Amino acid sequence: MKVPVALVTGFLGSGKTTLVSRLLQHPDMGETAVIVNELGEVGIDHHLLRRVDERTVLLPSGCLCCALRGDLADELRDLKARSDAAEIPAFRRVVVETTGLANPAPIVSTLLSEPLVKHHYRLEAVVTTVDAQHGLRHDESVQQAAAADRLVVTKTDMADPTAVIARLRRLNPGATLVEAVFGDVDPAVLFDGGARDPRDLDFDESPEHAHEVRALCVTFDEPLDWTAFGVWLTMLLQARGEDVLRVKGLLDVGAEGPLLLNGVQHVVHPPEHLPGWPDEDRRSRLVFIGRGLEREAIEASLAAFAGSGRA
Amino acid sequence: MCVLCNVLVNEHWAEQQGGRRARVMRVRLVNRVLAFYGLRLDDWSGRVWVLRDRKGRSAVVSDLGSLWAEAERLAGRPLDPLDPELVAAL
Repeated sequence: MKVPVALVTGFLGSGKTTLVSRLLQHPDMGETAVIVNELGEVGIDHHLLRRVDERTVLLPSGCLCCALRGDLADELRDLKARSDAAEIPAFRRVVVETTGLANPAPIVSTLLSEPLVKHHYRLEAVVTTVDAQHGLRHDESVQQAAAADRLVVTKTDMADPTAVIARLRRLNPGATLVEAVFGDVDPAVLFDGGARDPRDLDFDESPEHAHEVRALCVTFDEPLDWTAFGVWLTMLLQARGEDVLRVKGLLDVGAEGPLLLNGVQHVVHPPEHLPGWPDEDRRSRLVFIGRGLEREAIEASLAAFAGSGRA
Repeated sequence: MCVLCNVLVNEHWAEQQGGRRARVMRVRLVNRVLAFYGLRLDDWSGRVWVLRDRKGRSAVVSDLGSLWAEAERLAGRPLDPLDPELVAAL
């Protein structure tokens, strides 16, 4: 069975280490290996992790999202090998804490595409901390929030989180959102839940300004031609990879159940066939988080690709 | 990783279903799109594709992910599926 990997990301000072160290104290989080990546020559955050043991690994002097991706893959392979050889205790889960400046997409790519890594591990969830005081002031923090499956709004004892939560709901309505003071969150909320059904989500698609990153949901009444859709989406992600931070979908491709699509920027998880639809509504839903995307343009383009594929 | 090793190790997410028939349909649709940019794609041995422009330049690509990056390079401009002129041409 593949070992689940949770990626904990969030901007500098948004409470990642506090969250991870608190989570590790929870009885359900025993047998967890931790990989901490820090920017700079000397790691500091790992000293704050209370359970520093042989299952805690520090990846120093660089940002996980660029030069050290190979190190992450090496470390994951090494953890597995040492555990198999009984050199370290067995572990049931890995938590990777990124630097505050990391773009999650290349890290997700490492987990999904490194042959040995993907053989032994599966990406369980991207957990993003967002500080209620400072919110999403930087491009990196917007990328991190868009990539999230779970959003943890931190420091809610120090600032009113209403505005940040409203912004996050507009940006990534598909993510489960929880508030936390000093990292106090039930691990089950972060790690055990499945994806939210896009059909249950509310979308506020009117941007406050032209360059605002926002979520957009496109619905299709007819089954999608998967071949044409794949051609279209790969082309879109190449052309607009900087602007499409996230794509998620529950798609009717003519099979018994829906196809679950999940991508972070240009990195797309292997699509997963679900056994059946949750109810009678079988319309496809495709959610984009990005900037400069218009529903009409997406619908017209996809229709043209599908029509050209059939001709 | 070289193109062929990548083909053997990783199957692109958009090409994991449909088998040979889907591969043929894929190339047909891609060629309709590429024609707008003066490019053409040929299947080579059912494993990789060869992308060509009208000046005789070519590139071997292994999947849809690498295809669009190479096509952009050969065309010398972005290939945007939301471009209304491309949509009209299809």
